[in-house]
Amino acid sequence: MSEEQEPVTRIITPVKVDYEYTPGVTSERFLLGLKQGKLLGAACDECGRVYIPPRGACPRCAVPTSKIRELAHKGTIITLTIVRVPSDNIDVELPYCAASILLDGADISMTGLIQECPFEEVRIGMRVEAVWKPEAEWDPAHR
Amino acid sequence: MAEHAAVVGIGQTKYDAKRLDVSQPGLVREAAIRALEDAGLEWKDIDAVVIGKAPDMFEGVMMPELFLAEALGGVGKPMLRVHTAGSVGGSTAIVAASLVQAGIHERVLTVSYEKQSESNAMWALSIKMPFAVAMVAGAGGFFAPLIRGYMQRSGAPEDTGIRVALKDRQNALKNQYAHLQMPDISFDMIANSPMLWDPIRYLETCPSSDGACAMVIADAKHTKASGRPAAWIHATNMKTEPTLFAGRDQVMPQAGLDCSAELYKKAGIQNPRAEIDCAEIYVPFSWFEPMWMENLHFAPINEGWKMTYEGATAIDGDMPVNMSGGVLSSNAIGASGMIRFAEAAMQVRGQAGEHQIEGAKKALGHAYGGGSQYFSMWIVGDQPL
Amino acid sequence: MRDVAIVSYSQTPYVRSERVRNEVEMLMPVIDAVVEQSGIARREIGFTCSGSTDYLAGQSFSFVMAVDAVGAWPPIKESHVEMDGAWALYEAWVKIQCGEVDSALAFSFGRSSMGETAETLALQTDPYTVAPLCPDTISMAALQARVGLDKGLFSERDMAEVAARCRRAAKDNPEAQLKGDFDVDKLLAEPYLVSPLRKHDCPPISDGAAAIVIAAGDLAKQVSKKPVWIRGIDHRLDSHQLGSRDLSLSPSTELAGKKAGVAQGPIDFAELHAPFSHQELILRRALGLADDVLVNPSGGPLAANPIMSAGLARIGEASRRIAAGKGQRAVAHATSGPCLQQNLVCVLEG
Repeated sequence: MSEEQEPVTRIITPVKVDYEYTPGVTSERFLLGLKQGKLLGAACDECGRVYIPPRGACPRCAVPTSKIRELAHKGTIITLTIVRVPSDNIDVELPYCAASILLDGADISMTGLIQECPFEEVRIGMRVEAVWKPEAEWDPAHR
Repeated sequence: MAEHAAVVGIGQTKYDAKRLDVSQPGLVREAAIRALEDAGLEWKDIDAVVIGKAPDMFEGVMMPELFLAEALGGVGKPMLRVHTAGSVGGSTAIVAASLVQAGIHERVLTVSYEKQSESNAMWALSIKMPFAVAMVAGAGGFFAPLIRGYMQRSGAPEDTGIRVALKDRQNALKNQYAHLQMPDISFDMIANSPMLWDPIRYLETCPSSDGACAMVIADAKHTKASGRPAAWIHATNMKTEPTLFAGRDQVMPQAGLDCSAELYKKAGIQNPRAEIDCAEIYVPFSWFEPMWMENLHFAPINEGWKMTYEGATAIDGDMPVNMSGGVLSSNAIGASGMIRFAEAAMQVRGQAGEHQIEGAKKALGHAYGGGSQYFSMWIVGDQPL
Repeated sequence: MRDVAIVSYSQTPYVRSERVRNEVEMLMPVIDAVVEQSGIARREIGFTCSGSTDYLAGQSFSFVMAVDAVGAWPPIKESHVEMDGAWALYEAWVKIQCGEVDSALAFSFGRSSMGETAETLALQTDPYTVAPLCPDTISMAALQARVGLDKGLFSERDMAEVAARCRRAAKDNPEAQLKGDFDVDKLLAEPYLVSPLRKHDCPPISDGAAAIVIAAGDLAKQVSKKPVWIRGIDHRLDSHQLGSRDLSLSPSTELAGKKAGVAQGPIDFAELHAPFSHQELILRRALGLADDVLVNPSGGPLAANPIMSAGLARIGEASRRIAAGKGQRAVAHATSGPCLQQNLVCVLEG
């Protein structure tokens, strides 16, 4: 090369791919339940364990979870973290408390935000109850 | 009966936040060439290439091994691409080893890499999915609750994690390839670093690194003929369990317990803590050292923290862990598992330099991935089993 | 080498779009069926390996959820390749060769309908110099077809005949997607899609999954009345730079075919992973198949092209046909990458 040039160390090539996702048969029941203010789990066809949110299979047995079970809106905190790091896909104000909650009647915990009490009071084993957003905002597909 | 196989060459790149001086082909080639030189081999001596890396979205290239064909001398050869989440570097080495152990190939090149600076890893891990509200982000958000679970059940002192981080960051100073080099690191500095995902502090987490690691694995005939030190592969194992299911113990996963127990059996090890000289294990957040000490049967359940606390896992302890500085000091995700396997091999080959454990004869390499659900491990020794 | 046989094969019916079930729900019945037919208890299967890609699923770590469909409890020995399921089968075969296990399950899945496949596959190309130009799969295949046509290796009529034959054959395959009787003259009267390719030269977009169980010698004979033996299996890679290859040839297929021992006996039929019509003609030559060798009696990828499963499906379909007594020795082939860059060849015998 005749002239000294700065080396090219980076080029930006935007990538855009659109996808249409399918929640699946059982997850769809759960999502429709949310729209009605219900927490719908699904029981394993073989072992009867109740999954919420159901993802289509009981991974223990590798069979569908086709029996829908409406669950209580109360549960127990299994473990928790206080999140202080921002993320593009999360619209919650920092810091916030995310907890694994075992709903009464469920056999697996689901994640929920604990926003109604100070962080220092949240502990493992604490009983909690679901607090719903205003009904007008119940649209899980577009959150 | 499977053929004997051994690691005869190892190459690592310098790990760094942004390796702007090399492209992806340049990065993998840097590690591969060093491994070939270490083995005293040339490209033409290699029968097959096995490559591993974590999600393709980290670099924005789909199945990038295809475009790396030339860079890794893969044209005209068999090339396999492994992806088993965070354990992938380990799994990739195991697939490469099995090609030799099966007697299919004599000399196999295996490479793992990640070049996170070429895309946005946080984006790749946090795609906004419809019909699922994200509440925790990235690996830290997922693992922090598990760590809290461990603290609760084991009653480990709250500064255990800080002690692990201090040890690994000090060890990194003895490793020329380590990404994070913090000469003035101290207990207080870690303790006072910001809490990210409670109870994980900033200096208790791994960095995000660019880097690659490569190994040449050869059969007994070529290993002996090379006249160079070898790390003989005594045993390998992989185990998987599902991410979420009713009754799962995410803190102390059964897949890890089973994987290591079977591994020791295959390697003829009865008392792992006494018989294994040192270990390189996958610790992306400091607290995973005590957790994995238990999962690997080095300590009784709920007592792994004592090993850290008593200095057993220090470089001069009775069971040194992560002499290289570990994942806490360099985390080129797809490569991180292979680095553990390679560092274990370096120890028994006596080539670990400043972080060498004197007279190491048997070493463990360990990797895990997904939601603590994918495990891959190997035991290497300075002599064939 | 240990003798290894395919003891069962199962797949979904291939469809344009699986809009109702998610990947796990799509996989469960396939894995159930293949395990059931294998005669080996699920817990007894020594190793599991899957093949899939995140770019079809539109999320990182997409293969992790597939574990839910396998029954990985208690924990299992398992691995995954970011490749077509045919390479998952290869890894499984290697594990058996190591003597570590006596049986293995290989499966793969993908839903091309979720995104825009032709554009997504452009992300396989060199990210610095090629991908920014967004060369979609069909355009790259068209470049390849043009080279073959100009060299006089085949004609547009030959290509149309391939498409018509595959889709006619698919009429006998209840799980194929695109089937029927097509008149070659009428096909040739259609306009070009991407010259020299017409619509019929291109594969349909398909969603689906496939699974195979293999077992070592004695176990295979014990559990199966009709084990289909893998007599040779090998895979090779060509250059990624389209400009540095003669696109009308497939040296990696030729080499893999030699290593797999294709020529060591007569071939009754072949299942070739040729998503584009002209690629079947290139592969035929590379494998040295005689003119009278029946190709893609299942309909092949021109009748259903479930990306990530289409290669494994070729091996599976070939094994089914041999097990049904419609042939004694067959060659099955899988491909990956732009313009047949990577190729796997497997020789099967009854």
